[in-house]
This record gives sequence, structure tokens and C-alpha cells, in this order.
Amino acid sequence: MSVLVLCDHDRGALAEASLEALTFGRRLANDLGVACSGVLIGEGADNASTSLASYGADSIYLVEHSLLTDYGPSAWGESLVQLVNKVGPTAVLACGTDRGNEVIAHLAASIDAPFVANCLTADTTNPSTWLMTRVQWGGSLLEDSELSTEQVKIFTVVHHGIEAEQSESSNSGQQESFTPELDESVGQTIVADRVVLTQGITLSTSPVVVGGGRGVGSAEAFAPLEELAEELNGVVGCSRAVTNNGWRPHSDQVGQTGTRIAPQIYIANGISGAIQHWVGAMAAKNILAINIDPEANMVAKAGYAVIGDLHQVVPAVLEEIRRRKS
Amino acid sequence: MRLLVCVKRVPAPGARINITADEQDVDAAHLGFTTSPHEECALEEAVQIVENHGGEVTVLTLGPAEAEEQLRYAASVGAHHFVLLPVTEVDWDPQRTASALTKAIQDLEQGNEPFDLVLFGNESADSGGFQVGVRVAQALSRPIVNGIKGMEIGEGTVTARREIDGGFEVYEMPTPAILGIKEGINLPRYPTMKGRLASKKAEVEVNEPTSEQGGQTRIKLHRPEEKVSETVILGNGPEAAPAVVDLLEELGVL
Repeated sequence: MSVLVLCDHDRGALAEASLEALTFGRRLANDLGVACSGVLIGEGADNASTSLASYGADSIYLVEHSLLTDYGPSAWGESLVQLVNKVGPTAVLACGTDRGNEVIAHLAASIDAPFVANCLTADTTNPSTWLMTRVQWGGSLLEDSELSTEQVKIFTVVHHGIEAEQSESSNSGQQESFTPELDESVGQTIVADRVVLTQGITLSTSPVVVGGGRGVGSAEAFAPLEELAEELNGVVGCSRAVTNNGWRPHSDQVGQTGTRIAPQIYIANGISGAIQHWVGAMAAKNILAINIDPEANMVAKAGYAVIGDLHQVVPAVLEEIRRRKS
Repeated sequence: MRLLVCVKRVPAPGARINITADEQDVDAAHLGFTTSPHEECALEEAVQIVENHGGEVTVLTLGPAEAEEQLRYAASVGAHHFVLLPVTEVDWDPQRTASALTKAIQDLEQGNEPFDLVLFGNESADSGGFQVGVRVAQALSRPIVNGIKGMEIGEGTVTARREIDGGFEVYEMPTPAILGIKEGINLPRYPTMKGRLASKKAEVEVNEPTSEQGGQTRIKLHRPEEKVSETVILGNGPEAAPAVVDLLEELGVL
């Protein structure tokens, strides 16, 4: 028996989120008294495998096949199905990222097993019915849910739900190759091409995010926020009201239906803090709300606030930064 | 082209979501309802596709009888056919929902060509199970990709773009296919007055769902522990600038 942790990588670059899943998987394996194995699928898997042992992988399955040239939900899902059939694990999990949830859904659909998405905890006291706590509404509500099956237990761990932590035990991370039998049809959903729009820091990885909401007032009025982001080597984000007004592209949207951010500081300008937005911003280490309304939800939830008109405050902050830099 | 869009009726929350006394559901007494945002965009995309390529849009929902509202809304923005699978229990687990939708799609396709495209939202705004579309796609043996924020229709193909950090992945799939759509693929239109009036007359087909129970059961909903943080007010207006910059220096981001 074992716990299998699907680890995501992009052409050999391990997704940081995978280490959160591995941390969860290691603790779960300890609770169950079984081994914890990492799973890496496709070309480049070998390069991505280096840090898995230190985060708790007793062994690592490298899944290889000529069709596995790049990510593909069906190809990865079917590979995982066959590995699960071979290994017979107690549980299979991944981090609840776009890819993690997608591949795990394919696994669960293929073997007609339940799949509980975006869990925070798993109580395994009863072997046939685990008690899972999962997030709803992007994290504003929690649901206690029973996962009842005699089959393998399948779930994902909510992203940013736990901190990745290196394992205290020494795990060998011994590698084992596995070659699934794949039908050509899985190639229908393998990434065919890529479009690169921005290189370097992005909204989800930036240590500083300067956000703007309805209070900014127009597309043009984002200019000082852009300048502030530039001074801080950060990026600009926005609320759903802003994208709905067409002031910023949707790729800038922070929130349940946009990007989840986890910066060192989120500077929220003129953002009221509706649930939809808050759940995308709540993983920020620090929040500074700049708002004219001292009663705004964002002000109440932020660690720091300036009460005032962002159109005056942001230029003053810019001036002060430039004064100190010169 | 024949398109099918699967939508879900969800509460439209503001700053706080309350839970009913029996802890089984969101207390919607003071909330409006809406179509889950990703699905509203899927609907808009389907309507745009038939505007450009011809064809018809069918909208399917599984939900309470009141979900008829969301079907009429779909009619008001240009969809053509409407099917409601009424349910009375609050929480259908994702396996059960998928099995009912699969059966309903098979029934709709009976004696017809399959839908060229079936569109789902990437995940529902409320329960967020991240799996119903995938389960339906596998049951119907059709390719599916989630997270789609751009698409073009070709001759028997669909090219779909999925947003990743700093760009897009591009997928080329044969149709019939299924896509999980994300908000941002378009800006959904508002219904016109004419659309609203016409939607009142739209015919909604009501079919009892058939389904198989899945292995996930809700025990209760509860609220996460809120971090009780005293907000430190750095100041009022532009005079707060030095305090703000002190903070930025302290956090090491300057």
C-alpha cells in the first residue's frame, strides 16, 4: 500500500505547487504507515525529480511514453490510471491547480471512483470512509465531506492550503520507470503549441501586486498604479468590476474566477473586497488597503490601511519612494 | 453547428456568505441567484459561435425548479433550446450530477448528430468540484480540455487556448469535443429588452433526471476561521505616504 502524489512539471520544470501536495502526501503516508511515492509524467520528468525526495518521496515513478511529449489531460490521466492499476495505492492526490484537478478528474472518471477536490485535511480513521474538509466558493466556505469508497481514495489539496515543508525523515527517492500502453487518441488533447505573452514575473508569482478596483474609475487612471508596480518590481492586478468595465484584461483579474495571488504584499487600491475578490487575495502575506471608505471589507481584512482617495495617496507614495531612492 | 452549454444556478454573494441553520446550504434568503460566472461566459461564447457560423444553442441545467430563471436568462441572450433536470435535494455529488447530465445529453442526441461542441464552466462557483465536465466527456468518449479562455472553430476541429502563467497553451481537437470554459474568454452581453420579452415565451423542456449515487456526501458547511487582524491604520490621505514607504522598506520590497 502507498500514497501516490502526482507532481506537475512543465517540460522538466517542477511546479512549486507539487511540493505542497507532496508535503500533504508525506504526512498522510506517515499517518497510514505506508510509503509515499511521487509521480512524474512525460518528457523532462527526470529533470523535475531532484527535489522530490527531500520533500518526502520514498520513491518516484517516471512515466515514459513516446506520446508523452508535453502536457495533455487525457494522456496524463490515462497514464495515471495504468500506474494506479499496477501499484494499487491507498490514495492518489495532487495539488488543486488547473492541471492537478484536471488530471485527477480524468483518473477518477476512468475508474468511476469519487474525487474530492481542493481539500485542506483528511481524517483517515475509518478506512472505508474518510472525512475530508474541502473548500467551497474558492475558500470562503468549508465543507466537511465523506469520501466513501472501497476503491482508491482520490483527492486534491487546495493550492496555498499548506506550506511545502521538507521531510524530517530521509527518503530515498528511488526512481522507477513505468511505461503505460497509450492509444493514439490521447494525442488529441496534448499541447500543440504555446503563446508566450510575458516573461519573468507574473501575477501569480510576483512578490508585489498593486491592485485596483472600481474606485480607480477608468482604464487611464491605472497609470499611477502601473508606476507604483514598476517602482516595486511588481505587477498590476484588478478586481472583477474592473474587467467587467473593460478597463483591464481578464488576465489581470485577482479572484475566484481569476488568478490566485500570494505576494509578500498586496496593495489593494479602491477595492471593496467582495468575496469573489478576497478569496484570490487572501494568500497574500501582507495586505495594504488604500480606500476612501474606512468601513470597506478590504480595510477590515487588511493588516494595514490608508484611509483616503487613492488618486491622491498613490502619487504621494510614488513621490516619497522616488525621493528616498534619489 | 449544434452547441450544448451546461449551466448551474448559484447564489450571487456579496461580502459574506451565510449558512443555513441545518448547515447544509448557503443561506440565500437575502441573495439573488445567477448563472455561475464561467458558464455565463460559455453561454456567450456559444451564442457568438452560432452568430458567426450558424446553428443552434441548447442550454441544459440540473437544479431546483427555480433554475428555469437561468434558462430564461439564456433565452434572453440568444440561446434556442432549454432543458431542465429538476432536483429537490440540495447537494448532488459530482458523480451523480455527471451521470444525470450524460444521460440527458444522450437523450438529446438520440436520432440526431452529436453536438459539435459541449461547453461546461471550468468549475461551479459554489461547490467547485472540478470534475463534472471530465466525467461526462469520458462517458461520451469525447476529448475535453479545461481552462479555456479562447477558441476558434475550424472544419471539424476546434482550436482552444488555455491560459497559463505568462501566456497560453494551444490545443487542437477534432469535434465533437467538450471544453471547460473560463471567465475572460469574452465579456457576456446584457439581454436586450426584446430578448427579455422573447425569453418569457421560450419553451423549457423538463425531464426527470436519472442518475447513480456517487461516493462523496456532504456532512456540513462551515465558515473558515477568520484571521482576526487588527488593521493598522497608517494614516489618512496623502500624508500617510512616508508611513506606507516605511512599511514597504520593512517588508523588503523596495
